[in-house]
Amino acid sequence: MRSGSNVEVCLPSELGFEKVALSTAASMATLMGFSADRVEDLKTAVAEACINAIEHGNRLSDTLSVSIVLSTTDDQLEIKVLDHGSGVSKHPESPDIDRKMHGDEDPRGMGMFLIQALVDEAEWYQGPPGKSFVRLVIRLDKENK
Amino acid sequence: MQAATKVTERTATAASGSPITILAFAGDIASTSKDAMMEAYHGLGASVSKVLLDFTAVDYINSSGIAIIIQMLLEASRAGGRTIAIFGLTPHFNKVFTMVGVAKYASMSPDEPTALATL
Repeated sequence: MRSGSNVEVCLPSELGFEKVALSTAASMATLMGFSADRVEDLKTAVAEACINAIEHGNRLSDTLSVSIVLSTTDDQLEIKVLDHGSGVSKHPESPDIDRKMHGDEDPRGMGMFLIQALVDEAEWYQGPPGKSFVRLVIRLDKENK
Repeated sequence: MQAATKVTERTATAASGSPITILAFAGDIASTSKDAMMEAYHGLGASVSKVLLDFTAVDYINSSGIAIIIQMLLEASRAGGRTIAIFGLTPHFNKVFTMVGVAKYASMSPDEPTALATL
């Protein structure tokens, strides 16, 4: 795959379509030479980013779409997931399984934690409608480390 | 758009000789799975004390799906006396379940014989 290749995917704001994005990301990462383990990590991170965009950014609106922009360089794959929400300002928190098991914390709310834990970089940007995004990066130099 | 979650119930015998109920899932485990999974769980008899969750035929799980499993563990804990264990996760989802802490409340085995041996 040429360095600098870009792929864009546009999803309706309907749960389940995140699998289209994760399949695309997995195909690109595999072509770039990422290991199967890292491709699996990426699939989950991309799925969670898209679910957040669909549910929280676009609020499941059938008139809004989620854009995914995948860009390659020689040594990394960058994925931006854009939605029409106001963006995320809080830092991802680690889930507290004990609090969840005592009913003191929502059993959900693990998506941002998983995103951050499974890729090399994860940053959330706030912007005007259609311009808020999360940026994920996985690097080939992290392979086998 | 999400693939429907199928749940089938069967029984097995643990190494200890006690009966085990197995809930086997197939398809996606996501927010849309909640009704199918929780209805199957709530349909278990009150006398069922050991439950195995079989993920062998599952290849997509997201955080909303994991939340349903945590809900199941929470209900089992509140009911008291019911043990839930897990088997058949891919190595990736085994890692993810461990990362979010599920492994603290449910043992996780690679396959059914191993899971039955631990109960």
